[in-house]
Amino acid sequence: MKLKLKIWRQPSSEARGRLESYIVEANEHMSFLEMMDVLNEQLIAEKKEPVAFEHDCREGICGTCNMVINGRPHGPQRGTTTCQLHMRHFNDGDVITVEPWRAKAFPVIKDLVVDRSGFDRIIQAGGYISVNTGQAPDGNSIPIEKDTASEAFDAATCIGCGACVAACPNGSAMLFTSAKVAHLGKLPQGKVEHVARVKNMVDQMDEEGFGNCSNTGACEVECPKEISIENIAMLNRSYMASIFGANK
Amino acid sequence: MSSIDLKSNTPEGPLKTKWSEYKGTMNLVAPNNKRRIEVIVVGTGLAGASAAATLGELGYNVKAFTFHDSPRRAHSIAAQGGINAAKNYQNDGDSTYRLFYDTIKGGDYRSRESNVYRLAEVSASIIDQCVAQGVPFAREYGGLLANRSFGGVQVSRTFYARGQTGQQLLIGAYQALSRQISTGQVKMYNRHEMLDLVKVDGKARGIITRNLLTGKLERHAAHCVVLATGGYGNVFYLSTNAMNSNVSAAWRSVRRGALMANPCFTQIHPTCIPVSGEYQSKLTLMSESLRNDGRVWVPKTEEDAIAIREGRKKGNDIAEEDRDYYLERRYPAFGNLVPRDVASRAAKTACDEGKGVSPTGLAVFLDFASAIERYGKAAAHSKNISNPSQKKILELGESVVSQKYGNLFEMYEKITGEDPYKNPMKIYPAVHYTMGGVWVDYNLQTNIPGLFALGEANFSDHGANRLGASALMQGLADGYFVIPYTIGQFLSKEIRTPMISDQTAEFDAAEKAVQDRIDNLMNIQGNQSVESFHRRLGKIMWEYCGMSRSAEGLKKGRQMIRDLRDEFYKDVFIPGSANEFNPELEKATKVADFLELGEVMMCDALDRNESCGGHFREEYQTPEGEALRNDADYTYVSAWEWNDKDPILHKEDLEFKNVELKTRSYK
Ligand SMILES: Cc1cc2nc3c(=O)[nH]c(=O)nc-3n(C[C@H](O)[C@H](O)[C@H](O)COP(=O)(O)OP(=O)(O)OC[C@H]3O[C@@H](n4cnc5c(N)ncnc54)[C@H](O)[C@@H]3O)c2cc1C
Ligand code: SF4
Ligand code: FES
Repeated sequence: MKLKLKIWRQPSSEARGRLESYIVEANEHMSFLEMMDVLNEQLIAEKKEPVAFEHDCREGICGTCNMVINGRPHGPQRGTTTCQLHMRHFNDGDVITVEPWRAKAFPVIKDLVVDRSGFDRIIQAGGYISVNTGQAPDGNSIPIEKDTASEAFDAATCIGCGACVAACPNGSAMLFTSAKVAHLGKLPQGKVEHVARVKNMVDQMDEEGFGNCSNTGACEVECPKEISIENIAMLNRSYMASIFGANK
Repeated sequence: MSSIDLKSNTPEGPLKTKWSEYKGTMNLVAPNNKRRIEVIVVGTGLAGASAAATLGELGYNVKAFTFHDSPRRAHSIAAQGGINAAKNYQNDGDSTYRLFYDTIKGGDYRSRESNVYRLAEVSASIIDQCVAQGVPFAREYGGLLANRSFGGVQVSRTFYARGQTGQQLLIGAYQALSRQISTGQVKMYNRHEMLDLVKVDGKARGIITRNLLTGKLERHAAHCVVLATGGYGNVFYLSTNAMNSNVSAAWRSVRRGALMANPCFTQIHPTCIPVSGEYQSKLTLMSESLRNDGRVWVPKTEEDAIAIREGRKKGNDIAEEDRDYYLERRYPAFGNLVPRDVASRAAKTACDEGKGVSPTGLAVFLDFASAIERYGKAAAHSKNISNPSQKKILELGESVVSQKYGNLFEMYEKITGEDPYKNPMKIYPAVHYTMGGVWVDYNLQTNIPGLFALGEANFSDHGANRLGASALMQGLADGYFVIPYTIGQFLSKEIRTPMISDQTAEFDAAEKAVQDRIDNLMNIQGNQSVESFHRRLGKIMWEYCGMSRSAEGLKKGRQMIRDLRDEFYKDVFIPGSANEFNPELEKATKVADFLELGEVMMCDALDRNESCGGHFREEYQTPEGEALRNDADYTYVSAWEWNDKDPILHKEDLEFKNVELKTRSYK
């Protein structure tokens, strides 16, 4: 299949970027990133700069890959990361636009590569349980209801890719933050620090320049791990509690 | 350096109490002194993140490095199946000794008893620690932790979090690390790649890194350096490892005098999605658990195989009597559940005989039809459906299989576009894990004082073959429970050493060496991409140092690598400049190192005139094609010193005082 790609090229964070067009010959068994590899090999053969993009596991789990494909973070397939998207979902002759995540808190580094370190700082602000190595009681000393463990797990499957932010018209990181709050807050081990955790993480989120949540629901639709927007409701309730708690 | 005395520094005393007594008597570093000591940890996967967090908690000043944009992206994130621990929660007779024994035997008696026993001993604490951190392990209805069984062992000791155990464990370690970063105890350097080790007076005292965003070289000094930089499976180009996994930190340390141990011990996993074309960039694992219900087969005749390859027939068109369920035929006792190395070789044999079932000829079937039917009948029975139609049976059966393996079947379909419920899966072995790694002693210290290696980067625990679910265990054991103690053996002697300066002749020289190397690569301006060299290297490795090896092939392969290396330095093309974000340059330094490592792997495989674990030499097999180990001559760890003309072999003899060496049989 022959494709026309329009790809965002931006030499550095300061430079201005623009869409450039390329023709590439692909086949339907390739993954989207393998198609991008073919393009890059082609560019290198012409002694041109390849398109910078990030990826690592290519299995949908590390959260590194991040392309806005035809206007949608991670492309058209639901519950699928860019690296797991295959060319059989496209047709010969298609024009495909490829852009980086766009959000104030994710500045572009080069071409399709953005800086997502804000996510790390949100976790550093409180996305953990304070237990030192060696302090833990026996693993079976706290039984946890199967369903509770399963709900915590669902929230914990967030891969930190940032598609939720890219999908949100306000560039909000609420889905990401709430997933961590829910993962830890649902477990008995994590309840102790829950209220302080929520406050600290939300404050850090604001500090990083992520926008406010206006409940558009776009994040949930584009999240490759199908993290539920209900986590945001839980976060909001806890955040209110943290404010009123603080005023007490 | 003609002869290096490889002392394992294993403490005296009975196996069972060695570690506890050692811990109780080893030198400690007092809290006020810890504040004056700096430790560099390179790599923040399971091993590195757990080590950096714990050392930070203890009060050391830690500087941690990863080339990733965040510690949460390390390759550990991709581990699927689970993590072993001798908890004996199932009351099925598990114990520290049994886990130790299984690991030694599974490794085909090529690992160090003392290290493996300690691994088994600390395994239980890992689970406790992870639970306390909030790792959502699978649970039973009563709320207690669930277990499953894994390849070739007779107890149920694997803890898991659906098919994403590595992700959940890494997130736990990442969070512990994040907490230390927030307190300032750990300073985190993301997007920094270590390109050289700096030694001062023979001790490891720092590293040279490249800031991947700016291209700037930086110096980082510390009292000691810990490597937790993962395995080198990507020397084969195609593997189940993440694309950016590499050997460079370890290899640069070898170039500075560390030794590469057992480099030829690589694990080939039998069930991966086969290669579909030249453009293929990586291979995807299909969990070992599938072999519990899937039956492996190829057509009996080459004719049928050709028809399938050419698309004239499908797997389902081949009648039952025309199929060869070769694992069940060759290994009646274990059948489809033989260990990884055995299953992989058998698949290769079938394809070598022309029975492969994909257009490339390199795939065998993994068939769930009988499982679907069996489960369907059972489900109909339990639902009191009498005389169910065949359609109903399949429908019920598919739903059972989907509950067990749904996410894997979905992943298979996403990648191949084929429905594994209707047609048998096609699978083929792929490079998965490297048992070899940097040589370390009992303290996880290399032969360079002050340089330590943890996790997949070292060689210490898995011998010639690793058991499923034991790599996660080893990474976390090393990071949470071993290095925090053993590092004190070195650092307790350094408490009077002031902060190490990076403004010394040694750092000048190391930085210059890195700069020269980068300039040299950038200046070649040849005509071939880095990727194309990597692909060619991978093909040579796979052909001559893959699932089966021969003296003749290894000699040939070694020469081919040397030639390829020469060509690389004449004709590689790296676009862009060194002073910017430049992924092609990053790849180039990695591939350059693989081009040296590959040669050492060939030498190692050639030296080892026996077949054991993942290392199969065609000359050393029984008439039935089974591996022939040679304990009299090869019960040693090979530890290679790099030398451009001829790598030099050093040996550590392995002593087995607590287990008897036996032949593994799965017939
Ligand atoms: C698909 C798959 C499934 C698996 N499933 C299982 C399983 O179910 N159970 C099990 O026990 N094992 C499993 N394994 C094996 C296991 O995942 C790995 O062996 C283990 O996670 C390795 O951990 P590590 O911390 O040693 O290295 P890694 O996780 O690879 O981390 C390496 C770290 O080093 C950094 N690094 C490397 N080089 C440099 C450098 N030069 N400069 C700076 N930083 C550097 C990286 O950025 C990264 O942070 C699986 C492996 C694969 C491929
Ligand atoms: S919530 Fe979903 S979209 Fe957002 S970072 Fe996590 S996985 Fe990605
Ligand atoms: S590359 Fe890891 S999620 Fe896509």
